[in-house]
Amino acid sequence: MSAPGGWEAVVGLEVHCQLRTATKLFCGCRNAFGEPPNTLCCEVCTGQPGALPVLNREALALAVRAALALDGEVAGRSEFDRKNYFYCDLPKGYQITQLAHPFCPGARVELPSGEQVRLTRIHLEEDAGKAVHDRGARTLVDLNRAGVPLIEIVSEPDLAGADEAHAYLTELKAILQYAGVSDCDMEKGSLRCDVNVSVRRPGEPLRTKVELKNLNSFSNVKAAIEHEIARQVAAYEAGDPAGFPVQETRGWDDRARTSRPQRGKEDADDYRYFPEPDLPPVEVSAELVERQRGFVPELPAARRRRYVAAFGLSEYDAGVLTASRDVSDFFERAVQLAGEPKEVANWVTNDVLRLVADPDLPHADLGELPLRPGDVADLVRLVAARRVSKSAGRRVLRGVVERGARVEDVVRDLGLEQVDDADAIEAWCRAVLAERPDVVADVRAGKRKAVGALIGAVMQASGGSADPGRVRATLERLIDAGA
Amino acid sequence: MAEALAELFAGDANAWRAALLAGRATVRAAVDAVLARLERCERGPGALNAVLAVDAAGARRRADALDADRAAGRVPGPLFGVPVALKANLCAEGLPTSCGSRLLADWCAPYTATAVQRLVDAGAVPVATGNMDEFGMGSSGENSAFGPTRNPWDPGRTPGGSSSGPAALVAAGLVPLALGSDTGGSVRQPAAFCGIAGFKPTYGRVSRHGLVAYGSSLDQVAPLARSVRDLELCLSVLSGADERDATTLPEPPVVPELADEHMTLDGVRVGVCPELLEGEGLDPAVRARVEAAVDRLVELGARRVAVRLPSAAHAVATYYVVAAAEASSNLARFDGVRYGRREGGERSLQEMIAATREAGFGEEVKRRILLGTYVLSRGHAEAWYVQALRVRRRLRDELDAAFEQCDVLVAPTAPTPAFALGEHVRDPLAMYRADALTVPASLAGVPALSVPCGFVDGPAGPLPVGMQVLAPALADARALRVGRLYEEASPWRDRRPPWALPDEVPA
Ligand SMILES: [Zn+2]
Repeated sequence: MSAPGGWEAVVGLEVHCQLRTATKLFCGCRNAFGEPPNTLCCEVCTGQPGALPVLNREALALAVRAALALDGEVAGRSEFDRKNYFYCDLPKGYQITQLAHPFCPGARVELPSGEQVRLTRIHLEEDAGKAVHDRGARTLVDLNRAGVPLIEIVSEPDLAGADEAHAYLTELKAILQYAGVSDCDMEKGSLRCDVNVSVRRPGEPLRTKVELKNLNSFSNVKAAIEHEIARQVAAYEAGDPAGFPVQETRGWDDRARTSRPQRGKEDADDYRYFPEPDLPPVEVSAELVERQRGFVPELPAARRRRYVAAFGLSEYDAGVLTASRDVSDFFERAVQLAGEPKEVANWVTNDVLRLVADPDLPHADLGELPLRPGDVADLVRLVAARRVSKSAGRRVLRGVVERGARVEDVVRDLGLEQVDDADAIEAWCRAVLAERPDVVADVRAGKRKAVGALIGAVMQASGGSADPGRVRATLERLIDAGA
Repeated sequence: MAEALAELFAGDANAWRAALLAGRATVRAAVDAVLARLERCERGPGALNAVLAVDAAGARRRADALDADRAAGRVPGPLFGVPVALKANLCAEGLPTSCGSRLLADWCAPYTATAVQRLVDAGAVPVATGNMDEFGMGSSGENSAFGPTRNPWDPGRTPGGSSSGPAALVAAGLVPLALGSDTGGSVRQPAAFCGIAGFKPTYGRVSRHGLVAYGSSLDQVAPLARSVRDLELCLSVLSGADERDATTLPEPPVVPELADEHMTLDGVRVGVCPELLEGEGLDPAVRARVEAAVDRLVELGARRVAVRLPSAAHAVATYYVVAAAEASSNLARFDGVRYGRREGGERSLQEMIAATREAGFGEEVKRRILLGTYVLSRGHAEAWYVQALRVRRRLRDELDAAFEQCDVLVAPTAPTPAFALGEHVRDPLAMYRADALTVPASLAGVPALSVPCGFVDGPAGPLPVGMQVLAPALADARALRVGRLYEEASPWRDRRPPWALPDEVPA
C-alpha cells in the first residue's frame, strides 16, 4: 500500500499500556505519576530479599476489561513467568510477565476503514523503574514506576504501512481510554510502542523484520515506519545482498529523522524464561468476566456508526467527535440538552476543539477547560433564537473559557447580544458607506457580491452584535436609495 | 534461681513455657541466662561458631514486656517466654539478615518475616541468628562466609546444613527452639546430624514472606526443637494463610493431633521403600538403626508396608536442576545497586554488577548460579529444566500412589551420620548425594519430619542418626503424631551431646 514500486509493507506493533489502578501490580504502593523519586516504593517493588509478589486483583480486572473492549477471549487460567535480565532499573533482576499462558490469547481492533487488525495476545506484566543518565557520571534510579501494572498488546503483522499503523494506534488508544483502563498518555509514558517492519513482493513469504524502538509519539511512529519501509526497499532494490536488511533493533532519532542500529540478532538477550514460582496460576472466574463486560462502554466504532445513522453527521465529523471519550461524552451531553446534533457537532469540532488545542490557554485537555456541555447547548439555543450571531458565538465560547463565566453573562458583559435596533444598524451602515465609496461604486456597477465586504465592516464596527441579515438589507436599501 | 534456670535449659520449649508460667523464673532472668550462655558458647576451643548475631537489647526489651503482660494478667501466648534462634536468612527487626554471605554481611531487613512475627506474637523471644551455608546452599555449614559451625556431638564434624547454626544451638541446649528453612533437607539433615527433631511442613503451610529465597518452589520455613511436641506447638503458631505470600495454602493452622495421650499407632500403615532404605551409599549402621525404628513402630501397633518410588533415584539430579534454576533468578537482585555489598561502583553498570557478585558470592553459590543459568538457557532448557519438571511431576505421582498404600513413609534422613568437616569440600557431587533422601519430599512438597532414632559409634563418641517420617500433603499433623509416639516410646530424646560451655564440666 504505502510501499513504492511493487513492494508491500508488513507492520506489527507491540504496545505497552499502563493500567489505571490505585496500586501497583504486586504490592500496595500507589500507582501515580510525577511524585518525588523513590517515594512510592516498598520491600516488594524495590526487590528486597525475602519479599514476595501478590497479584493486585484490580489490575487483573482492568486487564480483563481491556481484553473485552478489544473483542478478545479471556483465558480461565493463565500463568506468570520470569523474564531474567540485569539492569539498574529492574530491582529483582527479573520482570514478572506472562509468556506461555497469557490471560488473553487473542483479540482484534476494527479500524475506521473497516479493516480488522488481529491481536496475537495481550498479557499482564510489571513495569520497570526509570534510570536517569543525564546527571553527569552518575546514573540515578527512580523506582516509583517499578511494579506499575502494564498490559502488552501484540498485533499480528496485519498493518500495511505507516498510515494504517497510525490509525490502529489511534483506535487502540481510544478504545482503552473509553474502557477506562488507561490514560494512554505517551508523554507520561503510560502508552509505549515498539514496531516491527519488513517489506516483500506481494505473495512472497515474510522477509527479515527490523524492530524499531524509542518512538515517543504517534507521529514518530508514523515517520519511523515510513523511513524504515523506504530504507528496506532501497536496500533490496540496490540488489547487493550484503546491504540487505538484517534482523536487528534500531532506535529512532527524532531530531535527525532517521534510525540507527541498536542491537543485532547475535546480541539478543537470552531471557531464560521460567514459570514464576511465587505466584500460583491466575484463575479468572466467569463472574469476573461478566462483571467487567458490564463496564465496557459503547466503543468509538459503535458511536461513530450511531452518529452517522442517528444524527446525520459526516463520517469525518463522527470520527473527530469520537476520537476521545471526553469529547464524545461532552458532545452527547450537549446534544441531550440542546437537541440540534449537527449544530452542536459544528460548535464542538470547530470551536471547542480549537480551544482545547489553543497553546495560549493553560488547559491541557477538555476536562480541565472551564466549559460545560450546557454552555454549548445554551449557545446553540441563543443562535437559533437569533439572539447571538454565529460569529459572536465564537467569542462567547472563548469568553466562557477565559472568564470562567456562563454564556448569558458573557453575552451581556461583552455586549454580544444581536442588535435589532434599526437606528443603530443604520448609523453603522452609513458610517461604513461613507468610508468605502469605492465599494459602493462597485455595487452600483452591478457587482452585488461586493456588498459582502461592507457587511463584514459593519459587523466589525458592531463588535459582532448586529444581525447580519438586517445589516445586508439596510446596506442594500441605502445604496439603492443613493445615500 | 540457678536451679530453676538449669531446669529450663535441660528441658524442651513446652517445659520452658510451663516453668515460666509456674513462676519459677521471670522471662527476663531466663533471657539474661540465655544471652550469657550464647556469649560464652563462642569462646574457647569448643566454640561452636553457631551464632552470627545476638540482639541482646531487643531480647531484654521483649522479655520485660512479657513479664509486664503477665503481671497485668494478660493471657500468655503458646510460646510464652521461649527464646528462639533464627536462621540468618529470615528477616527480623533488630537482627542482620546476612544469609551467611559476604554480600549481605551487614544488611538489616526493613521488615519482619511473617513466620518470625507469628512467633513473636505468640510470646517467643528471638535472641540470635544462627550460622548457615551461604543463601541456604550447602549440607554441611562449610559454605558460610563466616566459617563452619561445629557439631556439639563431635567438634570435628559438621552439624549438617544449611541450617547449621540453629541446629547446633538447639542440640547444645542453648535455646530450646530455632527457626530454619528447608529447601532440600536443610532442616531435616542438620536435625539428624545433631540428634534433635526438625520438621519441613507441607509446601505452602508456612508463609515465606521474609524468608530470603533460594529455591522458591521448594523453600519452607521449618522449626528445629528438642522434641516433636515442640514442633507441633511451633507449627500451630507458624502455619496458616498469609496475604503476603500467594503460595500459602488456605487451610487453617495445623492443630496437633495428639490431644489424647492414650492414642496409639494401632493400624497405622508405615511404608518402607527400597529406593530410600537400600540405596547406594547408605551406611549399613544407619540402615540398621532405621530398620530397628520401624520394628519399634510395629511393636507399637503399626503395620509395615512395602512401597516403591522408582524415580527417587533421579531426585538429586532433579532437585539440583530445579533449585539451581530458581536460585539463579532469585539471586539476580544482588547486583550492588540497592543494598548489600557494592564493588566497582565507579565503573559501568555491568562491571559493577560483575565485580559485586564476584567479590560477594562464595564458590558454591557461584557454582549453582552458573548451573541454574545454564539449565534455563536457550537451547538447553528443554533437556534440563523442562525435563527436571517432568521428573518432579512423576516423583510426585509416585509418592501419591505410595500414599494410597501407606499412611506415612519412613526413611533415613541422611545416608550417613555427621561427616567430618572438610570431608566433602572438594567433591560437590558427593555433597549433593548426601541430600538423596531428603529431596524427594521437597520436590513433592509433602511434609517430612526428622526425629532421632539411635546412635552409631563415631571415632570420637556416639553420633546421632535421624529417621524421616513423610506424610501426604497437608497431613503434617499425621507425620508429627507418628514421630511423637515413636519418640516418646524410645530413649533417644534425653541423650545430650558431650559439648559443654567452656566453664562447665561436660555431661
Ligand atoms: Zn511497593
